[in-house]
Amino acid sequence: MDSKAMNRQTWKQKLSSYKKHPGSAVLMLLVILSAVITVSVLIFLLAYILINGIPNLSLDLFAWKFTEDNQSMMPAIINTITMTALVLLIAVPIGVFSAVYLVEYAKRGNKLVKIVRMTTETLSGIPSIVYGLFGYLMFTVSFQWGYSILGGAITLAIMVLPVIMRTTEEALKAVPDLYREGSFGLGAGRLRTVFRVVLPPAVPGILSGIILAIGRVTGETAALIFTAGTIAGVPDSLMDSGRTLAIHMYALLNEGLHMDKAYATAVILLVMVVGINALSGFVGKKLQK
Amino acid sequence: MHIVFLVAACASILAVILICIFMFANGIPAISEIGWANFLLGTKWKPGNDIYGIFPMIIGSIYVTAGAILIGVPIGLLCAIFFARFCPRRLYKILKPAVDLLAGIPSIVYGFFGLVVLVPIMQYLFGTSGKGLLTSSILLGIMILPTIISVSESALRAVPQSYYEGALALGATHERSVFFTVMPAAKSGILAGVILGIGRAIGETMAVIMVAGNQPILPNSILSGVRTMTANIVLEMGYAADLHRRALIATAVVLFVFILLINLLFSAMTAERGEKKKGRIKAFMNKRKMAVKNKKRGAAENGQ
Repeated sequence: MDSKAMNRQTWKQKLSSYKKHPGSAVLMLLVILSAVITVSVLIFLLAYILINGIPNLSLDLFAWKFTEDNQSMMPAIINTITMTALVLLIAVPIGVFSAVYLVEYAKRGNKLVKIVRMTTETLSGIPSIVYGLFGYLMFTVSFQWGYSILGGAITLAIMVLPVIMRTTEEALKAVPDLYREGSFGLGAGRLRTVFRVVLPPAVPGILSGIILAIGRVTGETAALIFTAGTIAGVPDSLMDSGRTLAIHMYALLNEGLHMDKAYATAVILLVMVVGINALSGFVGKKLQK
Repeated sequence: MHIVFLVAACASILAVILICIFMFANGIPAISEIGWANFLLGTKWKPGNDIYGIFPMIIGSIYVTAGAILIGVPIGLLCAIFFARFCPRRLYKILKPAVDLLAGIPSIVYGFFGLVVLVPIMQYLFGTSGKGLLTSSILLGIMILPTIISVSESALRAVPQSYYEGALALGATHERSVFFTVMPAAKSGILAGVILGIGRAIGETMAVIMVAGNQPILPNSILSGVRTMTANIVLEMGYAADLHRRALIATAVVLFVFILLINLLFSAMTAERGEKKKGRIKAFMNKRKMAVKNKKRGAAENGQ
C-alpha cells in the first residue's frame, strides 16, 4: 500500500469523524456555505443583468448620434475609447519609466525609492471621488479648462499610475539577472541593456498591467463626473466635455426615465470590463509559462 | 536618460503633493470659516441656510463601513479558508478567476444591481423605501469580498505547512487544525486585508449613492436612510456655489484624512509583519548555526 492510499480517508471514515466532532462538521459547513454564497452572488449578478439587459439591446442604441428620443450609447463608447487612449498615452510612459528607475537604476537603500513606494501606496488607496475633486479643482477651476476630456484623462492617469508601476516593477524583477550580466558583459551600456534586453521579456507583464488599467478607466465614474463632465455626444476637441460609458449609465440612472437603456448599457459595460479583465489574466498567465 | 527615468519616478511624488495642496488649500479655509466644531460635530446640513454640519455624514460613512465589514469579513474569510484549505484543485481553477471577476465589475454596475435587485427585496421584506443603511451595507459587503478573499487567502497560504501537519499529528481534525493553528498564524495578514476592505468601503461612491437613500440625518435604525461623505460630495457638487461648494470640498478633505489614517495603519501593519518575518528567519538561522556547531563538536568528540 503506498503512502497516498494510506492517508486517504473514505467517505465513511470522514462521516464518522464528523459525527465524533460535531464542531468540526459545523465549521466545514460554514466554510462551504460562504463559498457557495460568494459564487452564487456572482452568478446571480451576472445572470440578472445579462438576462434583463440583452433583450433591451437594439441597433438604435448604437446609432451615431445621441438625441432626446434615442439615447444612443455610441458616442459614449467612442468617448470611452478616446479617454482610454489618452490615459494610456500619459500613464504608460511615466509608469514604465519610473518602474525602470526603481528596479534598474536606483541603488539599494536609496531614500527616494522608499518615498516613491510610499506615495504610490498612498495613491492606490485614495478613493476615486477624491481624485475627481482634485481634478475638478486643478483642471476645471484653476486651469479654467472647464469640463474637458483632457482634464479627466490626466486625473485618471494619476489614478492608474500605481497599477502600471507595480505590474511593471514585478515584470522587471522577474527578468533574471543573467540577462543583464550577459548584456553588460558584451559591452552594452545600461540604457541599451534596459531597452534591448530587460524590457522585451517583461512585455507580457507590463501588458497585463496596462489591460488592468484599461479596465479601471472603463468602469470609472466618480472621478470623471466633475472633470470630464456629463455632456452626451462626441466632443469636437479634447478640451470639451464628453461622457464615457460608465457616466452615461450614471446619467441614465439619475434621470430614471430610461431604465431599459440603463439595462442595455450595463450589459455592454459588464461585457467590456469582464472581457478586459479576463484578457489581463490570460496575458499574465502567458508570462508565467 | 538617467534623468528621464528619475523624473518619471518623481511623478507619483508630485501627484501626491499636488493632491494634498489642492485639497487642503481649498478645504481647510472653508472649515475654519464654518468653524471646526460646527463643521465636524454639527448635526444639521442645510446649505440653504448656510448651516454645514457633516457629523451625520461622518457617522453614515462609519456605520455603512462597519456594516460592510460585519457582512463581508466573515463570508470573505471563510471563503478564503475554503480556497486555501478545502477546495479541490480542479474546482479552484474555475472558482478563483470567478472571484477575481467580482473585483473587476465597475461600482456603477454594482449600484445598478443594488437598485434593481436589493432595494425591491428590502421593500418587500421590511415595507420601507428599501434604501438605507442595511441595503448599502449588504452591497458594500459584496463589493469588498474579493479584496478580503485574495488578501486573506495569500496570508493563509503563507503559513508554513508544518503548523497544519503538527496539529493533525496531535489528533486534531482537518477543520480544527485550519481554524485553530493556521488561522491564528495568518492573523496579521487577515487584519491587513480587513483594513484594505475598510479603505475600499469608506471611499466607495457610486454604488452607495444608489441604495443609501441619502438623507443627511443621523440614522436611527438599520433601515433608515443614510448619507455618506462620498455621496454628499457627488449629490450636491453639480449645483453648489461659494461656501456650499467649499464645504463639499472640505467634506472630501475629511474623507481624505480618514483614508490617509487607514493607509498609515495598513503600512504600519505590513511593516510590522515584515520585521516579524525577518526576526523569525534570524532565529531559524541561529538555530541552524547552533545545530551545525553541535554536529561538528559531536563529530570531533567521536573522532577522539
